[in-house]
Amino acid sequence: MKVRGDGYRFVIPALILLSLVTVYPLVYVFYLSLYRRLLIFDISRFVGFENYLFIFRDDRFWNALKNTIYFTVTSVSLELLLGLFIAILLNRTFRFKGMMRAIILIPWAIPTVVSAKMWEWMYNTDFGVLNYLLGMKINWLGSPFWAMNAAIFMDVWKTTPFVTILLMAGLQVIPQEIYRAARVDGAGIFAIFRKITLPLLKPVILVVLLFRTLDAFRVFDAIYVLTGGGPANTTETLSIYAYKVLFQTLQFGYGSALSVVIFLCIGSISIFYIRLLSKGIKQ
Amino acid sequence: MNSRFKTQYSKSKVVGLYLLLVMTILYCAGPLLWQFITSLKPDTEVIRMPPLLPQDATLDHYVSIFEGHPFLRIILNSAVVASLTTLLSLIIGSLAAFGLAKLDIKYKALILGFVLSVSMFPPIATVSPLYIIIRSLGLRDTWWALILTYTTFSLPLSIWILTNFFREVPDEIYRAAKVDGCSPFQTFYKIMLPLAAPGIVTTAILVFIFSWNEFLFALTFTSTPASRTIPVGIALFPGLHEIPWGDIAAASLVVTIPLIILVFAFQRRIIEGLTAGAVKG
Repeated sequence: MKVRGDGYRFVIPALILLSLVTVYPLVYVFYLSLYRRLLIFDISRFVGFENYLFIFRDDRFWNALKNTIYFTVTSVSLELLLGLFIAILLNRTFRFKGMMRAIILIPWAIPTVVSAKMWEWMYNTDFGVLNYLLGMKINWLGSPFWAMNAAIFMDVWKTTPFVTILLMAGLQVIPQEIYRAARVDGAGIFAIFRKITLPLLKPVILVVLLFRTLDAFRVFDAIYVLTGGGPANTTETLSIYAYKVLFQTLQFGYGSALSVVIFLCIGSISIFYIRLLSKGIKQ
Repeated sequence: MNSRFKTQYSKSKVVGLYLLLVMTILYCAGPLLWQFITSLKPDTEVIRMPPLLPQDATLDHYVSIFEGHPFLRIILNSAVVASLTTLLSLIIGSLAAFGLAKLDIKYKALILGFVLSVSMFPPIATVSPLYIIIRSLGLRDTWWALILTYTTFSLPLSIWILTNFFREVPDEIYRAAKVDGCSPFQTFYKIMLPLAAPGIVTTAILVFIFSWNEFLFALTFTSTPASRTIPVGIALFPGLHEIPWGDIAAASLVVTIPLIILVFAFQRRIIEGLTAGAVKG
């Protein structure tokens, strides 16, 4: 039973702030996207959906979209696999559990910009520790093939902790009796994983995928600091492209149109996952 | 706790397990460790490989980052922005969470849905209009531009975690307070807030870390060391000719250590915050 009382007074400050700083700008960005607006020359002219039509013919946009999708799919899958592995490993009972959990949280806590600088230094062709340990001379950040994959390795390192923590919480909810019963029945490790762990973990995996896909799709700091979108735009993602159009070439109209498109992509991804999730709950 | 472990696993399996653990530790902490090693090397050794370890360890880089550039000011900016954001987000967020968890509100599900959907907003979608708004308010290159933005973008997280905490406080306590003549607001700060203290700590840590680490808005809204925060300071680290890797390593360590301390002191709370709602459904 709920307690009576006028709750609006308590919620209003939050709603006002959220409306002013997120909803209003969202309406504003759509309005901006209908204009040709160059900030430095004080030019502002209504052009309707011209900016959106131009997006379709803009090769750089399609390149950024392709990069973003490649980054998202690859890094999220790797994070999920690695996170699942570490979560199962840490879920075994052993000493120092609290300490282990703190250690795996380290990459999560480090500012993304700092971790990008750290990895940039480790990727250094001549003095980087990575080439030294591998005994190779790979130009990680300068080669069109390696640069995006280097960014993905960094992102996997940075975000696996989050995945691990969520999956561990999911694992702890699974009753030990089920495992014991399965072992008594003679089920092997892989059968147990496939038949018990994976199905029972599915809702948590979906939540992890939702959070991580959204984060990876809007990736900015990590790649912006690591490669700046280079070499030859091979690591330029949608957010980086939009940012450059907005704040380097100062085309506020076109940049805003790109922002709206990113927003629509993110919205569709969320709706897709939330549908999947609610379907899972109903079953 | 350990009996199951001891009875079920043979010795070789235990060794294998610990080996995997050590590899996990190295993977997670290795890059930071390497940054620490680099920060101790004099410049001539930084750009030489091998040796792996410093031959002539020095603290020069830790001195030089504070000399000649405004690193201290940048740390102060981050500390003020992150602290004030945390405070504001807790005040506004806990009020809203209390209302949503314990009071009568129409369209409650709708409001919660709206709050959660905001957490999915891509920051890049709002950065151009916010830049124009902040510029016209004369807030460019001030702490307040960041505090306002961060407080708002951290509200969904605060409200979500705190609503879950307030819900667990039994309704009887709230009713008893009302019988004793407490107004809803008195009940809120005299009874509910102390009871939800663990949730407040969890929220505070997560919001603080978010504000300490945020980059996109900080890069856009700040232009001088007067308001520049740590991520921007590190990203735009000044170098005369070559990239000063030793200095960057030292600076990285200095700004990361507070976070590492937070993680080790509060790992339970952090994990609770990260998993809030995600697992329960």
